[in-house]
Amino acid sequence: MSGRVVVRLFGPAREAAGAGTVELTLPAGATAGDAVAALAAAHPGIGSLLPRSRVAVNLEYVDRATPLRPGDEIAILPPVGGG
Amino acid sequence: MRTLYQITEAKIDVGALRDALADPGSGALAMFVGTTRNAFQGKEVRYLEYEAYGALAELEMERLGTEIATLWPSVTGIAIAHRVGRVEIGEASVAIAVSAPHRREALAACAHGIDRLKATLPVWKKEVFADGSAWRENVIEEDTHEGR
Repeated sequence: MSGRVVVRLFGPAREAAGAGTVELTLPAGATAGDAVAALAAAHPGIGSLLPRSRVAVNLEYVDRATPLRPGDEIAILPPVGGG
Repeated sequence: MRTLYQITEAKIDVGALRDALADPGSGALAMFVGTTRNAFQGKEVRYLEYEAYGALAELEMERLGTEIATLWPSVTGIAIAHRVGRVEIGEASVAIAVSAPHRREALAACAHGIDRLKATLPVWKKEVFADGSAWRENVIEEDTHEGR
């Protein structure tokens, strides 16, 4: 891909970034892992959470190698605490 | 199978969950209700804040319902609700109810359900103290049915 994606942040990741939504512009061929790396560069405060977070693209859990497409909704899901 | 899945800012109505599963063929209804505690390791908690990825949380509830129906085919209904937003101490933050013809399947499926919810539901919890706050991760215990 080359283009903009929306990254949604939740819980401690949202608080660390100070925003629930971040837009990223990524180069052609970018993967979910590239989006995570770009996010870490833009918001260093989230850095320690990212290795422990799951990533979802368009409501499906993915691994970091998954390729992205323009317009994808990426979500960063830190370890959960429901209940 | 009857199902009800809710992510809600309103107080959880456990009676409504029970009513949603009313079925003359079901002789058992097991329900777990998780309520918010007033302390963490001796420190007073004033209230809690829950945050969910709502669309994914509802999908996870549906997946769990399908899993329970596969593991316990006699189950006749599943209702799950999780609060989001500010939750005062002593209020229900989560509830899961399972109905079945007999108690053993209902109890086993309910225990399995709350364990899986705590492990998989995309929900985050912040404890708010008088002097700050902390995000609290669940401790995932595989293959146990100890409530937390």
